[in-house]
Amino acid sequence: MFEPAAPVDLSSGKYLKLWQGPQHPGITGNMSLELTTCGDEVVACKTHVGYLHRGFEKLMERRTFIQNFTIVCRIAVPEPTFNEYLYAAVVEELSGIKAPERAEWIRTFNLELMRLGSYLMWLGGVGAAFGQSTIYQWTVTHRDYILDLFEEMTGARVYHMYIVPGGVRGRLPEGFEDRARKVLDGVERLLMDVEKILFNNVVFKTRTKGLGVITKDMVDPYGITGPNQRAAGFARDVRRDSPYLMYDEVEWDVITGTASDTYERAWVRLQEMHQGIRIMRQVLDRMPTGGPFQTPLPNVLHWEVPKGETYIKAECTRGEYGYYLVTDGSQYVRRVHVRGPSYTHAIALMEKMAVGTNIADIAGLMVSLHTYPPEIER
Amino acid sequence: MATPTALLDELGKRYTLSEIHIQRDDLLFLKVTKPQAVRFLKDLRDDAGYTHLTFMTNIDYIEDGRFTLTYMLHNYDTHHEIGVHVDLDRDNAEMDSIHNLWAQGRTYQCELREMYGIRFPGSPGLDDDFCLEGWDQIPPMRKEFDIVAFSEERFGNRPGRGSTDPREHMGTVMYPEHRDGTEH
Repeated sequence: MFEPAAPVDLSSGKYLKLWQGPQHPGITGNMSLELTTCGDEVVACKTHVGYLHRGFEKLMERRTFIQNFTIVCRIAVPEPTFNEYLYAAVVEELSGIKAPERAEWIRTFNLELMRLGSYLMWLGGVGAAFGQSTIYQWTVTHRDYILDLFEEMTGARVYHMYIVPGGVRGRLPEGFEDRARKVLDGVERLLMDVEKILFNNVVFKTRTKGLGVITKDMVDPYGITGPNQRAAGFARDVRRDSPYLMYDEVEWDVITGTASDTYERAWVRLQEMHQGIRIMRQVLDRMPTGGPFQTPLPNVLHWEVPKGETYIKAECTRGEYGYYLVTDGSQYVRRVHVRGPSYTHAIALMEKMAVGTNIADIAGLMVSLHTYPPEIER
Repeated sequence: MATPTALLDELGKRYTLSEIHIQRDDLLFLKVTKPQAVRFLKDLRDDAGYTHLTFMTNIDYIEDGRFTLTYMLHNYDTHHEIGVHVDLDRDNAEMDSIHNLWAQGRTYQCELREMYGIRFPGSPGLDDDFCLEGWDQIPPMRKEFDIVAFSEERFGNRPGRGSTDPREHMGTVMYPEHRDGTEH
């Protein structure tokens, strides 16, 4: 249920209006918060997005199906592969194309590696937001080792364009599995250090426990998914509830919390990083080393996808990420809608949760929701 | 919890449903009339367990003169999804608001007002800027909005750079002495 903000009389001299962002290190990307404060307490918050609006959905309506796969990765910069996979999946479903099993294993590994890389960046961000910048340096270093793996696998560090309709662009390089295992071992050791230094730190605990509590009754009205939802006690995960790729072939646990505050959300994400490593080790052990990794596509220059519509979702680091595709039998999409979790977490939810928060904790609260503005603006 | 088929039978007694299409075991689409739509969504939420509004968007069928709103609802118990379509007159696009059913609904409606020009009377902050500040053109997601013409008019070539052909630029600006094509 929408609750309107109480009216504020700025001319009374009791209130001050402040802008946080769009260039602020505590904002996850380029968006801004228009804050009305009374003393150091926020009494109203209005979000402003659009600083990164490039009209991806509109652009995709003017490009052929194969041209679009170079665009979609840019919708969520730290996690391009979820866009690649979901775009490939909706096109495959409507075209009746099935990717080979080997490609499905590689895709699973690719997505989990991306999740770990994105979580590392986030973990550094949450450390920095609460005064522990060293954590950021550690985690970004290890994220760089992950980007090295992506470069080996795909030829690119950030925008990989590796998962394509029909499969993946190439096989894994010689010796890749061993190098990947070493990187995972290193990240696991790092996480143990971070747990000791950040999660047992009295300042971090004091500032994050009780901050930004998401109650259970907020989850559905505000469309909250992912770790933000699981920290509130809901054992919901798309990988478990609606399995895709090879997730029903590997063992892992859905992590939940109870307190649902900033500390709990961080804790849930830390544990999910361990689960991601667990998944990737199983994938490396079981992934086929031979066989096709790409199903032949029709002539992509004249590719007409049959008329239809579908929605496919995946679990990204921030929650439910999905692609809704409508086709009309032509060479172009009729409509594509990208459903990103940041859309609900960073606008309606943030505007509600900011009220009553101390101004010094706004940046940490924002980071704790883990949002990316490009996927809002699309 | 009712199966999707049983649910459709039950809802079909009270609502005018059409264009029912089962895309997958866990996903179906259907169309409901505009006057019944919000009540239908409320029943799905309150009685059938479709509590999660996954997203809300619009499809432009310019050739038919209609918009088709899509509300995607998810049931966390059955892990089933229903895409609810509602047709609107493209020239007078207006729809009842759902901000009282889902708090996030107002964000979607604000975006759809800006991007397609659809009105949702009563939706809070409907006329606030969403992505576009000071936009003075037709809503940009409508099919008739030509992004190429807009870009050329608004962000045309800078003066002094009349050609975008590298060969022409190099020949006239960078190496005019070799414009005759002589090799060096």
